[in-house]
Amino acid sequence: MTSATGLASTATATSAVVVDRVVKRFGRDTAVLDQVSLDVPTGEFVCLLGASGCGKSTLLALLAGLDRPTSGSVRVRGGRPALMFQDSALLPWLTAAGNVELALRLRGVGRADRRAEARRLLGVVRLADVADRRPHELSGGMRQRVALARALAQQPEVLLMDEPFGALDAITRDVLHDELSRLWQETGLTVVFVTHNVREAVRLGQRVLLMSSRPGRVVGEYRVDVRGARRIESPEVAELSVRITDRLREEIRRHAR
Amino acid sequence: MPGEQGVLRSDDQLDSLERGLDALTTVDPSARPWWSRALRRVVPPCVAVGLVLLAWQGLVWARVKPEYLFPSPADTWSTLGEQARSGVLFRAIWLSLSRGLFGFGIGVLVGTPLGLLVARVRSVGAAVRPVLSGLQSLPSVAWVPAAVIWFGLSSGAIYAVILLGSVPSIANGMASGLGQVPPLYGRVGRVLGASGLRSARYILLPAALPGYLAGLKQGWAFSWRSLMAAELITQSPRLGTGLGQLLNTGREFSDISLVFAMIITILVVGIAVDQCVFAPAERGMLRRRGLAPP
Repeated sequence: MTSATGLASTATATSAVVVDRVVKRFGRDTAVLDQVSLDVPTGEFVCLLGASGCGKSTLLALLAGLDRPTSGSVRVRGGRPALMFQDSALLPWLTAAGNVELALRLRGVGRADRRAEARRLLGVVRLADVADRRPHELSGGMRQRVALARALAQQPEVLLMDEPFGALDAITRDVLHDELSRLWQETGLTVVFVTHNVREAVRLGQRVLLMSSRPGRVVGEYRVDVRGARRIESPEVAELSVRITDRLREEIRRHAR
Repeated sequence: MPGEQGVLRSDDQLDSLERGLDALTTVDPSARPWWSRALRRVVPPCVAVGLVLLAWQGLVWARVKPEYLFPSPADTWSTLGEQARSGVLFRAIWLSLSRGLFGFGIGVLVGTPLGLLVARVRSVGAAVRPVLSGLQSLPSVAWVPAAVIWFGLSSGAIYAVILLGSVPSIANGMASGLGQVPPLYGRVGRVLGASGLRSARYILLPAALPGYLAGLKQGWAFSWRSLMAAELITQSPRLGTGLGQLLNTGREFSDISLVFAMIITILVVGIAVDQCVFAPAERGMLRRRGLAPP
C-alpha cells in the first residue's frame, strides 16, 4: 500500500505548492533548511514530519510569506495561503465571530455580508452556538476550530497547518482529525500539515514527507494508500507508522555523540 | 466486521460527538447575581473606611495632640458641611475637577502619539525612553516655580505642571503596551493580510490596550496630584479658588479642620474619578479578554 520512493520534483501546472532547492540559514549558523524541494499537487493533503530542529516550521513560515528563503524559490498558488498555528492565536479582544469577521474584513468583504458569512463559517466547524463567546471562554479544541473557520474565511487555495493539534488532549485531537478530514474532502483544499506525530501524519496525509534535522532535508517520502476512511487505530496506519518511526529514529541517532 | 473499523464516523455521529466534547470542556459562565457582586465590591472598602475613622477617633480620644492641632472626625465633618452650604466647596471641586480633566485630556493628546513614536521609532525610543522614566520619578511640584516664571500666575502655569506630570505616564503606558504585544499577533495579522496602518488598527493598538489603559489610569493620578501641587503654591484672584487654594487658605488661617476637610475632599475626588472612569473600563477590558475573574 505504500512505497518509499525517491523525490520526484517535477513541477507541473497543477502544483499548488512548489519549493525549489530552498536554503534557509539564520545568520552564520548552519542551514536550517538545506536544498529542500517539494511539489504539492492541487488538492493534496501532505504531511511534513520530523523531529525538533528539522526546520518544518521554518519551511511553513516561508510558504506563508512570513520569511524569505536565503536561496531557492517558493511558489504558492492562489495568493496568500492561510496558516494555522499550534496556539489558536485567536485575538482575545474579539469574539469567536469577531475573529472570523476580521479575516473577512481584511479580505475586503463588505460589512453587510461579514456577519452572515462568519456565522456560516462557524457553522461549518459546528460552533455557530458560541459565536459571541470570547476565546478564553472556549476549550482548546473549540479555539482551534474557530481558528480553522478563520482560516477558511481567507478563502485560501492552500491551508498551512503548524502542529495545530499538538497542544490538545488525545480525545479532542482524534475528533479534530475527523473534522479536518471531512473539511478537506468537502472543500478540495490543498493542505500542508506539519507535525512531529507519526501516527497523526499517517492518519491525515495522502503523502508523508520525512525530514532530517540540522540541516533540514527531505529524506523520505511515503504514500498512504488506504482505501476509504481511516482512523488512527487502523492497522494500515499502525503498520506504516512503525516503518516511518524506524526511519525517523535512524535519523535522530545520527545526532548522538 | 464490516462497518466496525476503518469507517469514518458518519456526519451525524461526528456532530453529536463534538457537541458532547464541547459541553464537557467548557463551563457555563454562571455569574453571581448582581447584588452579590455589588456587595462583594462595596463592603470591604466601607469596612476599611470605618476602621480608619475609628482609629482617627481613637487618637482624638487619646489626646495625642491638642484639638486645635488634630481635629476630630466630627469637627472635620461639620467644617465640610459649612463649606458645602456656602457653596465654596462645590465651586472649588468643580474648578479643580474641570482643570484636572481638561489638563489630563491635553496630556492624552500629547502623550499618546509620543508613546507611539517611542515604541515604533527606534531612535526616538532610545532618546526619549530614559527621559520619560526620569520625569516620572520627578515630583511635579518641582516644576511649579519654573511654570510660574514662564507663564506667570495663570492657568497656563497650572496646565504646564499637569502636562509635565501626566504625559510621561501616558506615553510610557502606550509604549509599554505596544512593547508587550505578543509577536504571534503580528504574525497572525500578516497571515490575514494586515500590514502597515491596518495592522496597527486591527492588531497592534487593540493588543496594546491593557498597557495603555494602565498608563491612562496612572496619568490621571499624576494629573490630579500635579494640579493640587500647582494650586497649593499659586495663589491669585485670577486663578479662582480650587481645592488646593482652599487647602492653602486653611493653612494661612491655621484652621486645621479645614485643612483636614480639604485633604479628604482631594482624596475622595481622586478616588471617585478613578473608580467611576478608569476602574470600570479596565475591569471590563480585562474580563472580556479573560485576564480577570468575572
